[in-house]
This record gives sequence, structure tokens and C-alpha cells, in this order.
Amino acid sequence: MTAYLLKRLAIAIATLVLASMVVFAVLEILPGDPARLMLGMNASADQVELLRNQMGLNAPLAWRYLHWTGGLLSLDFGRSYTYSVPVIDLVRERLAVSLPLALIALALSTLIAIPVGLFSASRRGRAGDTISMGAAQLGVAVPNFWFALMLIYVFAVWLRLVPAGGFPGWSAGVWPALKSLLLPALALALPQAAILARVTRSALIEVLNEDYIRTARAKGLPYRAVLWRHALRNAMIPVLTILGLQFAFLLAGTIIIENVFYLPGLGRLVFQAITQRDLIVVESVVMLLVAAVIAVNLLVDLSYAVVDPRLRSRQ
Amino acid sequence: MKLWITILAAAVLSLAAGTSAFAARTDLVIGIPLEPPHLDPTAGAAAAIDEVLYANVFEGLTRIGPNGEVLPDLAESWTISDDGKVYTFKLHTGVKFHDGTDFDAADVKFSLDRARADNSVNAQKVLFAAIDTVDVVDPATVKVTLKNPQGSFLYNMGWGDAVIVAPESADTNKEKPIGTGPFKFQSWAKGSSITLVKSDNYWGTPASLDKAEFRIVPDAAAYVPALLSGDIQAFPFFDADSVAQVKDDPRFKVVIGATEGETILSINNKKPPFDKLQVRQAISYALDRKAIIDGASAGLGQPIGSHMSPANKDYVDLTGRYPHDVAKAKELLKEAGLENGFKATLKLPPPTYARLGGEIIASQLRDVGIDLEIIPVEWAQWLDQVFTKKDYDLTIVSHTEPNDIDIYSRKDYYFNYDNPAFDKVIADLGVTSDEAKRKELLGQAQKILADDAVVGFLYELPKIGVWDANLQGLWENAPIQANDLTKVKWSE
Repeated sequence: MTAYLLKRLAIAIATLVLASMVVFAVLEILPGDPARLMLGMNASADQVELLRNQMGLNAPLAWRYLHWTGGLLSLDFGRSYTYSVPVIDLVRERLAVSLPLALIALALSTLIAIPVGLFSASRRGRAGDTISMGAAQLGVAVPNFWFALMLIYVFAVWLRLVPAGGFPGWSAGVWPALKSLLLPALALALPQAAILARVTRSALIEVLNEDYIRTARAKGLPYRAVLWRHALRNAMIPVLTILGLQFAFLLAGTIIIENVFYLPGLGRLVFQAITQRDLIVVESVVMLLVAAVIAVNLLVDLSYAVVDPRLRSRQ
Repeated sequence: MKLWITILAAAVLSLAAGTSAFAARTDLVIGIPLEPPHLDPTAGAAAAIDEVLYANVFEGLTRIGPNGEVLPDLAESWTISDDGKVYTFKLHTGVKFHDGTDFDAADVKFSLDRARADNSVNAQKVLFAAIDTVDVVDPATVKVTLKNPQGSFLYNMGWGDAVIVAPESADTNKEKPIGTGPFKFQSWAKGSSITLVKSDNYWGTPASLDKAEFRIVPDAAAYVPALLSGDIQAFPFFDADSVAQVKDDPRFKVVIGATEGETILSINNKKPPFDKLQVRQAISYALDRKAIIDGASAGLGQPIGSHMSPANKDYVDLTGRYPHDVAKAKELLKEAGLENGFKATLKLPPPTYARLGGEIIASQLRDVGIDLEIIPVEWAQWLDQVFTKKDYDLTIVSHTEPNDIDIYSRKDYYFNYDNPAFDKVIADLGVTSDEAKRKELLGQAQKILADDAVVGFLYELPKIGVWDANLQGLWENAPIQANDLTKVKWSE
């Protein structure tokens, strides 16, 4: 187990170093000058130069890379060019939205998908299966922003139960903040649930064809017990893999939903920073996300061992 | 399937309890598309800064009114010396900054000197270029001496970039703006909203609103649901394509006004074949402005024939100078030796007017034999490649600065246009403060630009405001980019 962990850790560090180089290089190649963007079309070239100096943009490339990565090592993520506040503060504010949103969406998606997958697999080929898998197919095909708009029209415009968008902040109270995250979480969860339900179903069906299931049935275990105790647990590996991928996506890939609901999430921070050429924010946030994705993958790998004791003993 | 319906139903029931009633009538939530990078109008070009703070939190010596007129603000009156070089401003007394410090002539001197200092990064430094000295005569009087007479000086002092700040708070205004206006800054939830509240010790007429929240809504698709749900009560800068969804709804007012945004097809005047007058004129004849306005701006927006807003008092109608005439355009291209047409590129920044307008213009120019390759670019790329490096043939952009016809006389500006006759008119204009004379000079300037077909003049960007029908006092036009809330109130 220790050797396994050390190996994973070494791979993670190598990935981080490589990612930092790629991110830095790509942003350097990207045309566009943050100073000119801040000063606009009416400022003279001298003024832009002055601001570039003040922002430290005229320092040599290698020095800036080392300065940045050196800061990262001491957990100093730099200061935003446009907001002129520490990047870590921006990230903390945005995570207060993105993390709960991702967790709620993930929970909703799991709560919907696993029962639907179980239901479908146990009724394979019958009407119930066809209908729920048809719905799942639709869920995969329909873009989540469209779902989002429909949810807004029903629950915010028509029923007026939740706000159409925006985020009041946790300081406004837990309930108002949660309320503003419900629709976006649902809009994010439905397409994810659709994918997850299909994966659950096919994994279960595969397992249900195994010999040991027939043996379990033959020795007289009721179908329900076989499904829950033997089949579902063995079908969890592909499901966990998908869940891990979905969590990484939900953390940073929710820019469209964040825009529809005008939520100040991490995705929008990165998007805005790219258009404003707030290079240090893009660089540092991307690195944090790389680290998060690596951590989630590691967790998923470890969870395989939890659901499948065979993997534990092999190490 | 059944399960998630159950979940939804449960959510509906549990939410019903927490729904709040209508907002109090002294509250206002305003939707703005872009978040300001910071909150100091004297340190950045982003229009979003002024859209929140101008006239609400910060005030200048003068200010720009709803129709572009210059009004007294912190200066209650002024006198101008006969040679037009010395402006003596009489200031309001008893004015306090929001942090409780007193406002007086020393703050004016500090603000103006700070903006024009060598190390200043004020985005509109050119506004202060004519100032020679700023002297405090007494706490309520300040004397500004110019290097040469400047016709637009009082107007310049009304820009957001020329607001008066206090030495105690100037360095922290980016995060915590301290001004003298009727509203004071309360909070900024980054990425989400900025809240202003009424200032208790305002020197002038107090505001009617107690609280105003500017909520950042970047996606136009969210505008209509936000209005319909009552979350946001006003979008002073609405999206042209969504107007149809609310225009017949009696709960809302749709107000189409003018901006100072001349939307133009910019031409690189030094790059062959665009250095030939006939080629630029051919482009002007090839453009069908009505089709462009219909396609790019939902039919809203007035055509222009030169670089001046139709709402401006000095506007000259030159839209008839180049009527849409394909035959004439082809003839001019033939004269220029390009009867077989030519290829060029069209770089398009992100706004809808550019992306949609670009496709229409490309098809219109194809009709006269000019084959355009469309290259979409981001703003940062546009500023870098087109504006700074002048690496472009054609581009579409809206020049939103007010009264900015002088850009055509700037050396090294991205049009690459150089006409000494035009430069002379602008130079004369700079030292003329007589209204009638200025009008004549501005008329000449507009005509020269049209005759030279410097760029393809398209239309004036409309200001589309949509807000609750009971809301009064928001600006109809946008002579500057601002959301002045000083006179806004709810009816009933």
C-alpha cells in the first residue's frame, strides 16, 4: 500500500510541474497585453509601458516563471492584476459557491442515477427499462443550459419559489444561499444523472450475467438481496470512475450554468480572467484545479480498494 | 423518472415557506453585464466602473447630464478669463466625503495633480493635458490655469476619470471607494454584486432610493427571466435580441435611446489597396446600413454618415453621402484598377454587433467583388493586434467615448489616417470655446471624414433600457456610460 501511494504521489508531482510549464507557456504565447486592456483605447503607449512596469510584466520570462512557481511552493498564489487582491482570496470566495454547488449536484445526480440504474437493470428489456433509459437518453442529449432555462421559467418566473439567479452569499443566511444553488445544482445534476444511470445499468447487467449471481440465486437468495448485496457492490467500480470524473467537471466546468444563473463560481472567475488577461489568476487557478483533479483521481483509486477487497490484498 | 418528480415536488413544498414578498419601494436591483475590475474611476478605462460609481458615489467639478450637457457639480459656478486660459471654480461648502473628512479646494488640487502626474495611470490622461497649474485660492475657490485655451475643458472635467477624490482615501478607492456623492459604498460581493446605500450627510438633494444593488449578469439569456421573476428591476443596457420578449409586457418599460457609440467598419488607411480613396469610397457605397442595423442590432440604432452621434447638438446628417449603390461601388473599384476585386481580412471582436454585423458586411462587400476572410478575435487580441500593432485590413468596433472625433487626428492611431486639413480643423477646435464657431468646425470635421471615406460609418449603437414600469428617473440616453441614480424613484 505504501509503495503504491508513493508511486501515485510521484506521478502527481510530475504532473503538477509539467502542467505549470504548459499553463505558463500557453498564456505567454496568447496575444494580448493586460496593461493595455486595463487602460483602454484612449491611453498612450507610454502610459501602458508605465503600468506594465508597475505590474512587473517587463521582467524576464524565466524570472517570472520561477517567481510564480516559487510562490506556489510557499502557497503564495500571487495578486490579481485586475482586482489587485491576493488570488487565494478570490479562489476562496468562488469556492464558497462552486464547492457546495458541485457537492449538491453530485449528491442529486447519485440519488437519481443509482435507483434508476438498479430499476432498469432489474427490469431489463421490459417497459419500465425502456422508458427510464429513454428518459436518460434524452437527459444526455439535452444541453444543461436548456434544462436550466426551463427550470428558471417554471420555478422562478412562474412559481416564484426560488430566485432566477444570483448568489446572496453565505452571510445572507444558509437557507437563502442554498435556495439560490438548488436550481443550478438540479440543472447540472440531471444530465450527469442520465449518464450515471446508464453506466450503472450496463455495469449491473454485466454483473448479473456472472456465474456467481446464478449460484447465489440457485442457493435460494431472494432476487432483491442478490441485486443489492452482490450485484451492486461489484458494479460500483465503473460507477465510481464516472463519479470522480463528474466531480472534477462540476468543480470547474460549470461555466455555462454559472452564466445562466449568474453565479460567481470558479468557472466564471477563470473565464473572466482569461478575457481580461489576468494571467496570474488563470495560472494559479488552473494549477489549483489540476491539483484538485489529481486529488480526486487518487481518492477514486483508493475507493476502488474499499469496494473491492481483492484490490486491497493485491497490494 | 417518478423519483425525480417526487424530489422536485418535495423541493417545491419546502421552498414555498421561504419565499419573500415584494421588495420595499426604496430598494432597487439593477442588472449590469460586466463586473468592474475595481472601484476607482480614476484608475481604469473599464466602463463598468463608471456604470456603478459615476454621479452616485463620486462627483467632479462639473458633471455630464442626461443629454450630454455640462452641469455644475462640486463647483457651484465658475468664471473664465478673457483669454480662455484661467478657470476659477467656486466650490460648494459644507461638503463631506463619506468617511467624514471635509471636502475643499485642496482636494480638487490633489485630484487634478494626481491625475496628470508623470506616474499617473489615469486611463484618460489626455483630459488633463492642457492643465498648467492648479492653485488653491481659498478653501472654497480653486483656480486652474491652462497652457492654451481648451474648448472642451469644462466637459472634460465632467468625465468619470476626473472625479474628485480625497488624499486620505485615494489609494484605497479600488476596494473601498470614498466620494462625496448621494450614495456611499456598502459592499462588494466579488463576481456577484455591488451595493450602495444612501449617504446621510449629502450636501445636495438627497436620493430617493435607500439602497441600490448592482447585480452582475454576464449572460444576456438570463436578462428576461431575471426581470420576469422580479429579482432584478432594471437593465439600463439591455440586449437587442431579447427586446421582443418584453416589449409588449405592460409591467416593463422599454426605452430606446442614443449612446455615444459610433459603430464603424474601421479601415487600415495605409495598407494597399485601402490607401486608395476610390477603394474606401467603393466600400462605403457597398454598405447597406439598414440591412446591417436590422441584422446586427434587431433594427434598433440610427445610421450615421460620419463620426458623430445623431443625438449630439453639432451633428450633421451625412448619411446621404454614400447611398447603397453596388454599380457605383464596382465602377470606383474599376477606376482603382481592381475590376476583378480583391481579398482582405475582417477581424471581429466579441460584441454581437461586430460578429453579426461582420457576416452581413462580408456578404455585402462580396457583391462588389471584395472577398473577406472573417477572423473572430477576443478583446485582448483585438487591442494587441488591431489597435496597437495595426495588423489588420478591416475591423468593426463601436467607439463609445463621447465627443471623440479628434481620434482621427491622433498620430499613430490605428486607422492610419493622415490628413493635415483635418488635423488643422481639430487643432482649431481645441482652442475654440465659442459655441457657434465650434459647431462650424465640428461640421467641417464631419464632412472631411465622410469625403475621405476614412472608415465605413455604420450606425449609432442604441441604448436599450428595460425596467419596471413603476420606476422613474433612469437615463434614456447614454451620453457617457453611467447609471445615474440620483433622481431615480418608484412611483405610487
